[in-house]
Amino acid sequence: MTTGDQLDVLRAADGVARDRYGKLIAILAAETRDLSAAEDALSDAFTGALVRWHKEGVPRSPEAWLLSVARRRLVDRIRHARVVEGAAGHLRLAADERADAACDEDEQIPDWRLRLMFVCAHPAIDRKVRAPLMLQTVMGLDTASIAGAFLVSPHTMTQRLVRAKRKIKLAGISFEPPDGSEVAARLDAVLDAIYAVFMQGWTDPLGGDPRRRGLAHEALWLGALAVKLAPQEPEALGLMALMLHLDARSEARRNASGDYVPLAEQDTALWDPEMIAEAEDLLGRAAGRGRIGRFQLEAAIQSAHADRRRGNATDWPAIENLYDHLHRLTGSPVVAINRAIASAERLGPEAGLRALDAIAADPRLSGYQPFWAGKAELLSKMGDQPAAAAAFDQAIALETDGAVRDYLARRRAQACQAGDGSNASLTGSS
Amino acid sequence: MKYILMIYRDEAAFQAMEPTNTHSPAYMAYGQALQQAGALVDGRRLRPADTASTVRSKDGKVEVLDGPYSDTREQLGGYFLIDAPDLDAAIAWAARCPGAAQGAVEVRPLWEM
Repeated sequence: MTTGDQLDVLRAADGVARDRYGKLIAILAAETRDLSAAEDALSDAFTGALVRWHKEGVPRSPEAWLLSVARRRLVDRIRHARVVEGAAGHLRLAADERADAACDEDEQIPDWRLRLMFVCAHPAIDRKVRAPLMLQTVMGLDTASIAGAFLVSPHTMTQRLVRAKRKIKLAGISFEPPDGSEVAARLDAVLDAIYAVFMQGWTDPLGGDPRRRGLAHEALWLGALAVKLAPQEPEALGLMALMLHLDARSEARRNASGDYVPLAEQDTALWDPEMIAEAEDLLGRAAGRGRIGRFQLEAAIQSAHADRRRGNATDWPAIENLYDHLHRLTGSPVVAINRAIASAERLGPEAGLRALDAIAADPRLSGYQPFWAGKAELLSKMGDQPAAAAAFDQAIALETDGAVRDYLARRRAQACQAGDGSNASLTGSS
Repeated sequence: MKYILMIYRDEAAFQAMEPTNTHSPAYMAYGQALQQAGALVDGRRLRPADTASTVRSKDGKVEVLDGPYSDTREQLGGYFLIDAPDLDAAIAWAARCPGAAQGAVEVRPLWEM
């Protein structure tokens, strides 16, 4: 050990906390499946580290130090619980050597963090808690931040997370990686959860909500980890490419006065060329694996949009074709909307409207803002400004983001101006 | 770990299919597979829900109602008690149970004694 000043101590603790938190939690929870106990034990170890390392210097392997201290806490707790509850003594704790070996062999596959991600995205865990659970156990985010990011009260988020951890422990969800035949399906659930984290940050286009601002970057971190741990899985590459393409445009999504700017009107000079290049590289690697999937198709669509940066006109037939594939794969009504809008670019607004009308019966769409906004734009293009204004009103009523609502209101006003004087009477229409 | 697999299915449809106390070949084979794997603890088919009585005790007074606890279309029709290393293994057994194709199988861990 070397004697370290306060800064070294903080830096060492911080480094482990950022990069190794999930791995330590996974190792600590693997035998007992008790994530809450692992979190408490590791938190105690971090507290102890700040004191001890300052006094005695930062240990050669801070990670191994934290692990052994946390494991001792865990064993103490379990012994205590056994005495109190008279629980049966069939508990086998991870052999120290096994855990220490895991600590040393740095990024071996299967990585402990990947195992933890598989646990968080287990099919027996409620879908809506998978992304929050991952943020907490893999990245160590606190419940209050996660609750804020997912727009629910801390109380509700605490309940959801506690319930999920309780289920993992009591129902016996395994920390062993899934069988070969199941890896792809189980990885899809992991990638879905990572994408949910990303979208939670992305749907706040102005980045005005500090609680959500960091989430897109947390998702990029998790996505990069998934790529690192499963580099042979084309969908992991596809998801990373998709997130990079979207995040590359974050600076262009608002103008100088802070208003929301939709994709079609963005200044492509503000897009991040390095992120786009990385996304293209990942997508190319994914294509080389010869197994198409949802995230690769979505990334390919964003890649087609990114082509505008080189001064090319958007290749709408290609985009329509990609949405067509995606719709066959997912059957998602949201994809059907985008396909209709792409086909309107090729065949005109009537064709687009016909395609939208064909899916309008889906009950999930009547409450979906992009359906009404898309319909409004197409109606406006056809010159039916009263109907367009009514559709914009629906979209505005459904949108929760203030900046996007302002944008839709501006589009509605433009549509009304484009129409004749009789539209004035429509101002209050719903 | 011990898990119970509770088999829920549409009783009327099931009665029409399997009216007697014999077990269908599919269930026989399933039970054998569990036994051969050393996973079977116990397993039984229940008589129909119209033979059920529901009992409550309130202030020392016993109240008995004719019929099952919940009067739903799909009723508990049988169970398997199994021993499995983890939830994935238990779910894999539940998925192979003929009841999973006819209705639904609820998987629940048991308190360890």
